[in-house]
Amino acid sequence: MDMSFTDDELAFQNEVREFLRDELPSEMADKVAKGIELGKDDMERWHAILNARGWLAPNWPKSFGGAEWNAVQRHIFDTEAAAANAPRIVPFGLSMLGPVLQKFGSKEQQDHWLPRILDGSDWWCQGYSEPGAGSDLASLKTRAVRDGDHYVVNGQKTWTTLGQHANMIFCLVRTDPDAKQQEGISFLLIDMNTPGVEVRPIILLDGSDEVNEVWFTDVRVPVENLVGDENEGWTYAKYLLTHERANIAGVGFSQAGLAAVKRMARAENHNGRPLIENPHFAARVAQVDIDLRAMATSNLRIISKAAAGGAPGLEASMLKVKGSIIRQEINDLARRVAGPYAMPFASEALEGANDTIPDPLGAGPVAAQYFNNRKLSIFGGSNEIQRGIIAKVTMSGGRA
Amino acid sequence: MNFELTEERQMLQDTLRRYLREKYTTAVRNDILTSDAGLSADIWSELAELGVLGALFTEEMGGFGGAGFDLAVVFEELGRAGVVEPVLDSALMGGRLLASAGKSDMVEEVIAGSLHLAVAHGEPGGRYDMDHVHTKADGGVLIGRKAVVMNAEAADHLIVSARDGDAIALYLVAKDAKGLDIQGYPLLAGGRAGEVTLDKTPCEPLNLSLTDLQAATSLALVAISAEALGAMESATHLTKDYLMTRTQFGRPIGTFQTLAHRMADLLIELEQARSAVINAAGYLEASDADLHLSATKNLIGRIGRLVAEESIQMHGGIAMTQEYELAHIAKRIVMADHRFGDTDYHLERFIALSAA
Repeated sequence: MDMSFTDDELAFQNEVREFLRDELPSEMADKVAKGIELGKDDMERWHAILNARGWLAPNWPKSFGGAEWNAVQRHIFDTEAAAANAPRIVPFGLSMLGPVLQKFGSKEQQDHWLPRILDGSDWWCQGYSEPGAGSDLASLKTRAVRDGDHYVVNGQKTWTTLGQHANMIFCLVRTDPDAKQQEGISFLLIDMNTPGVEVRPIILLDGSDEVNEVWFTDVRVPVENLVGDENEGWTYAKYLLTHERANIAGVGFSQAGLAAVKRMARAENHNGRPLIENPHFAARVAQVDIDLRAMATSNLRIISKAAAGGAPGLEASMLKVKGSIIRQEINDLARRVAGPYAMPFASEALEGANDTIPDPLGAGPVAAQYFNNRKLSIFGGSNEIQRGIIAKVTMSGGRA
Repeated sequence: MNFELTEERQMLQDTLRRYLREKYTTAVRNDILTSDAGLSADIWSELAELGVLGALFTEEMGGFGGAGFDLAVVFEELGRAGVVEPVLDSALMGGRLLASAGKSDMVEEVIAGSLHLAVAHGEPGGRYDMDHVHTKADGGVLIGRKAVVMNAEAADHLIVSARDGDAIALYLVAKDAKGLDIQGYPLLAGGRAGEVTLDKTPCEPLNLSLTDLQAATSLALVAISAEALGAMESATHLTKDYLMTRTQFGRPIGTFQTLAHRMADLLIELEQARSAVINAAGYLEASDADLHLSATKNLIGRIGRLVAEESIQMHGGIAMTQEYELAHIAKRIVMADHRFGDTDYHLERFIALSAA
């Protein structure tokens, strides 16, 4: 048992720190620290900075232009990036579609689409969930019917994150309505500028517009945009989900969030003393801190196993549940620290007035973030679904 | 022992519930939320016409209610419908303070719905501490700054706390008074507030002390707790309906035991919240009222968070969308914890009062 990084890993950590210090624009880090929504320009700029260094696709093989980091290196980068308040990498092309194309795509598809992900030519979004197919994803109904050299797509996708910025969407569509649910699904790449594609924003409870509905009406998609084989899409979708789970615990975000809570609680006064010294509040903070320290080690245990070639299945579900609970708990602490100043609200939906929002702790919209991050236990397979997997695997020998 | 509402209060509840169900729909409210004013003048007049504002005052004050249970009935219904109009701050707190000061003409206007008030007490850095007042009263003018003043922009008069020497007293400031500046902004759970600066602003002493403000805050604690209870009733109602209609894996999701049991837990906790509000309303005039009020506010804070979070979780993504009723209701519930002392503040006050 040795819990410390090797010399090589420490050298890598230094390299990452130097890079973030030199290359991360401070105005961008400031926005992230305050939970202010980043614009498309910000995200594209950060991607370009990472791409120039060859670090935009940490999990891709070098042959495809990736960094080919192992799990420990990825963990080091994620942790340092979160601590420095770097923006998140937009995952749809890089973490989700990329690995699927590398494993199941044709040579032509790889040569065409992968470089365009790295250089920012395409912005991808994900067409999985539907209004009637959330936790039960395999019940999806969006239909693709073969017509000569095209598929004709009709249906509706929802919860499409950042779809408003995207020009491409990868979709699960039903190509065989008579097969068993999981067996009639195909994986299709659709140009969002095709006639019949319509994107409608969904305004969330914190006023943000990060998710969308995407509607398809007689959308003609060339057959060369089918990934792999027809009716085998469920296999590719499941493979994609295992990549969606990289950094699933969000340890770095929790550590950065908890540090912010402590900073704010030192500045906030309660009965003439810093709030951080108040026994009840201090106990709340300590409880989360204690849980987070244990989870950070759980995360490292699983990363170390993955670096040695093990496949995390069950453990990823466990980290998803625990990680989301801890992050949400930290969001709850942040809104408590802000006291009455948690109530003011800045929103794009409300014109004017936003400049006058008071923020004495420099905390940003903590209550809005508290509500926004309720999504953590809902998306990517809700915590109830994850618990179902854990129970199934451990008690009846099912597979994750 | 009788836990039934009196006939008058039952009528008030029925009338208000029916009115809000018909008039205060999600769509109507969402328009109000994004409006410049952040409140509807029409709804305000109609609440006055229905006698809702009058129910907050005793007969001596010109109303026809005013007791703890009158407040509980009104605010539970306002909470159920997620009403954002400032009944609590403008009519209840502002009006009852003016009633204590003997301003019966102004109280009459409040009850008629023609006068808006704001209570400007909290200050930057003061958090929930009642005696954190640095604003100074000096020779008929006020100098200082007030934080997160609810309804400040719409108010015809502000009731401002300030120190004259050591003692905290309350003063009346007209909206067009010299040296009064209000920087307004919207609130996450609806309505508007503002940062108020007083720069040698002329004022009228109300001959009210911190004790009077504490009495008004006690009324507000009953009101905000009842409002949160009404909102929790809505949240659990919506969740129960959704669990029985949303189908995944070929059956209503409410038939999965893990969700069914969590729904049952919410219903159990909701009854606790109902009883806590009855305690607050019933013991409002008791000698140990503060102990009961802190117990209630602490419990409402804890259960409110549970109900809001579990209702969203059991719904899934739909509850995260602005246009779905639960989104607003959940925000009202959680944001109630940020008013008049949060869960921890009232836990500490309960401990201190229990030890006394």
